[in-house]
Amino acid sequence: MKTFDYVRPATVREAVVAASQPGAAYLAAGTNLLDLMKGGIARPSRLVDISRLPGLDRIEELADGGVRIGALVRNADLAHDVTFSRRFPAVAEALLSGASAQLRNAATVGGNLLQRTRCAYFYDVAGACNKRDAGSGCDARGGENRLHAILGWSESCIATNPSDFCVPLVALDAVVEVEGRAGRRENPLETFHRLPGDAPERESMLEPCEMIVAVRLPAEAAQFAGHARYLKVRERTSYAFAVVSAAAALRVLDDTIVEARLALGGVAMKPWRAREAESMLAGAPADCSVFHRAAAAALADAKPAGDNSFKIELARRIVVRALNLAATGTPARVSALPASPFASISGDSVHA
Amino acid sequence: MSIPTTLTVNGVKRTIEIDDPRVTLLDLLREHLDLTGTKKGCDRGQCGACTIIVDGRRINSCLALAISHDGADVLTIEGVAQGGRLHPVQEAFVAHDGLQCGFCTPGQIMSAIGLIQEGWAGADPERVREGMSGNLCRCGAYQGITEAILEAQNAIGAASRRKVA
Repeated sequence: MKTFDYVRPATVREAVVAASQPGAAYLAAGTNLLDLMKGGIARPSRLVDISRLPGLDRIEELADGGVRIGALVRNADLAHDVTFSRRFPAVAEALLSGASAQLRNAATVGGNLLQRTRCAYFYDVAGACNKRDAGSGCDARGGENRLHAILGWSESCIATNPSDFCVPLVALDAVVEVEGRAGRRENPLETFHRLPGDAPERESMLEPCEMIVAVRLPAEAAQFAGHARYLKVRERTSYAFAVVSAAAALRVLDDTIVEARLALGGVAMKPWRAREAESMLAGAPADCSVFHRAAAAALADAKPAGDNSFKIELARRIVVRALNLAATGTPARVSALPASPFASISGDSVHA
Repeated sequence: MSIPTTLTVNGVKRTIEIDDPRVTLLDLLREHLDLTGTKKGCDRGQCGACTIIVDGRRINSCLALAISHDGADVLTIEGVAQGGRLHPVQEAFVAHDGLQCGFCTPGQIMSAIGLIQEGWAGADPERVREGMSGNLCRCGAYQGITEAILEAQNAIGAASRRKVA
């Protein structure tokens, strides 16, 4: 690991100033950054430790019924917050399906949004990766790419965004609050992450030295609480990134869908909102044939970036199943195996 | 550059001059404090062998920078036995053969103590397994580990009920 200088500012304003030096990076828990630094993928010359900045570790109920989640709230604290998980159960389920208990205890909300891809070629500093080293090429294109993108990829990058948390968040119209030298601004999560295009090294709309200070969910997002699920296929039941995942949320009245939200994970370099599918679902009966049509619409533009065409059919099936689970209703308690296709619908144990 | 960092480690306040900002909590424990019970397995947050409890929460000490944790309260495997009496989780691991080679065991035990404190797994073996998925055991002692945690949880629950009564 390259050495660095370490500063611990006392306020967000001081942090932004400290980070304006070239080569600076923000450090919160460090669960992703330290791993990248140990591998030589991230080589910051200065770490600006924001982990103790005051006021960013709160979950606040807003006067308009929304919720504001501070950037330093730990993943586990958010997932286990009873009020939050009752109002936004798919978000809690997604959080609990990610990483391990130790990592969730440390990792922050802001860090989750900014975590880097798990593409093996991004981690292999001996190989070519346009994201790590702009213009160097993409070894994933001709390499082991069965887990790579099926939507929104480009010739320069076929990596995926690994976040579970972001998938229900984008479905529920989350907004990201950021602060930088020009002050504070906000941006919908849907356009926060960038698709690779010809500049895969740029992953979000953050300008240099801007930091995430909070994520907000609007009051309307809680209206889906009774029918909101996250479903995630992994190569093992726990502690693995998604091969494909989906967040589905419905408002249902007399077996008719009033409003639907749908997003996919593991398919693109950003959490993928399926708006056309949502429009098809609105006003339709909550039944399986409708869910199949919505799934086809959600994947209409998908194309394999390599040896991964199976992910397109897998994604369709995950969408259908997530919609079915959402229509059945949110279980009273997050399943013993959160978001797992092997979990029972009721949330009770399968193998106990 | 030398940065004084104060930690309470297993109940004892320690001030350490950190001469390199790259030192993790794991390396600090092992290399500076000679507390080698906490193991370095993958050193990348994948195996859980380095699990310790910091300010009441189980974390991977390999992914925690020591200078960022100035003032923290740290509990390691060396601090869980009380006056020569093993911790109930340690006793249960022995009783249920929750180990074979033992390398992952300190991390397993610290993670189990964390899980029991968190309290969300209850008596459900599936939730226990899920809650322990961040701790790998290449000998495959998982069956014994799960049984040990369920028994230790019962023992700790019974002991605290006795205290209340």
